Amino acid sequence: MKFVHGVKADITADIVYMMCPMHLLKLDEMVRSLEKGQVLEILTDYDGALEDIPQWCIRTGNEFIGMDEDEDYYKFYVRKAGNGQ
Amino acid sequence: MTKCYFDHVATNPLDPEVLNAMMPYFKEDFGNPLSVYDLGMRARDAIEKARSEVASLINAKPSAVVFTASGAEANNFALRGIALAKQNHGKHVIVSKVEHHSILNSARFLEKNGFVVTYLPVGKHGLVDPDTVKSSITKETVLISITHASSEIGTIEPIKEIAKTAKENNIVFHADGVATVGNIPVDVNDLGVDLLSMAAHQFYGPKGAGALYVREGLRIVPLVYGGIQEGGRRAGTENVPAIVGMGKAAELAKNELDKRMEHSKKLRDRIIEGVLKMPNAYLTGHPEKRLPHHASFVVEFIEGEAMLLMLSMKGIYAASGSACSSKALKSSPVLLSLGVPTALAQGSIVFSLGAGNTGEDVDYLLGEFPPIINRLREMSPFAKGWGKGFEGHGEGEKCYTG
Repeated sequence: MKFVHGVKADITADIVYMMCPMHLLKLDEMVRSLEKGQVLEILTDYDGALEDIPQWCIRTGNEFIGMDEDEDYYKFYVRKAGNGQ
Repeated sequence: MTKCYFDHVATNPLDPEVLNAMMPYFKEDFGNPLSVYDLGMRARDAIEKARSEVASLINAKPSAVVFTASGAEANNFALRGIALAKQNHGKHVIVSKVEHHSILNSARFLEKNGFVVTYLPVGKHGLVDPDTVKSSITKETVLISITHASSEIGTIEPIKEIAKTAKENNIVFHADGVATVGNIPVDVNDLGVDLLSMAAHQFYGPKGAGALYVREGLRIVPLVYGGIQEGGRRAGTENVPAIVGMGKAAELAKNELDKRMEHSKKLRDRIIEGVLKMPNAYLTGHPEKRLPHHASFVVEFIEGEAMLLMLSMKGIYAASGSACSSKALKSSPVLLSLGVPTALAQGSIVFSLGAGNTGEDVDYLLGEFPPIINRLREMSPFAKGWGKGFEGHGEGEKCYTG
């Protein structure tokens, strides 16, 4: 897993306390709304996201920038690719 | 026999327009809102339309409305969901003593799970004092929940002031709006609440539909886990007809609110005036800051259930305290919290009005009620010397003052 700090996001989706598959649905919905090159920050405490979000990026061709941790949740960063979803 | 329904805080009849709006979703438009085909899309669109209508009634963004199956569920969701989400910051919750059981029992659940709960006292008219709220706050306080109005005594609480105190102290504030939404103007932005519960059947919508307003950006732990309905905040296949009905009822309530309030208030004031002419009957709750459709009393030396039975034999339907208290034959904790003695609290009666009531209904009630009281008092072993009043609260003192 790639850890990053201080990534500046264009938009944040806070889905802390929401369970599977909200992390993937929100990811898909929010990335669709972004322009090419923009960055999404997704906040979640769902452990399955550690595996699912990087995998989703590989499958869809978007860039997984990395993740950070806060007090009791994770922060994932995804950059929309030109040929991504 | 004449039938007069004076129990609108228990529930309301479904508005025929609401039923018409619901019907297609029982029949041809039965699809699951999560299905990708057109049947599902129609159900999904109907839910989102209803969400906008409910949001409009309380001046909220549609995305801040989460549908539930009842007002009680919304209250449980608010208390447990916020307490659990905030427990790393503190484990103290404040509620009042005049809350509905869905709040009080949720608070007790939290107590059993390591939270500390303060149950705020109320004044003689059932009002929560915002200064008492302020002095009860500790550095551990994460949630304050106060009812917007009690369905037992009708008192409307100073929600705006309490919400301001909560905000100044960075504490989440929930108001139970089940008795108020659709019955008096409710604006979540003006009130400054973070969460607000509501129930469709309190404003001519169906039973089985409620909602919780959750201010945008506020994290809440779900009460029901499962699928992705309501953005993952409340799982379970949606009760589409009921939600559609709630939306239609909200639209009608918004359009007709002033008219409904004026109609009920006129009848309510006549009931209050008429009942208080009887000896040893006292108004409970606040004389002015009360729901426009709500008249509640305690009648000395008489048991509430007996009044209800005799009234129902005359086709008059009313309530005695909360439904739960009346079933358990217990004194209402709400009335006891006002300082009403246990014996007197047994004689509780609530008349709540609605659009279907008329002046003739009130004439009929005011004609039938006094003889019923007289008859019950003749049978009551406690009524000896009743004309002198109960411990100083005799004729002339018409609002129960604790």
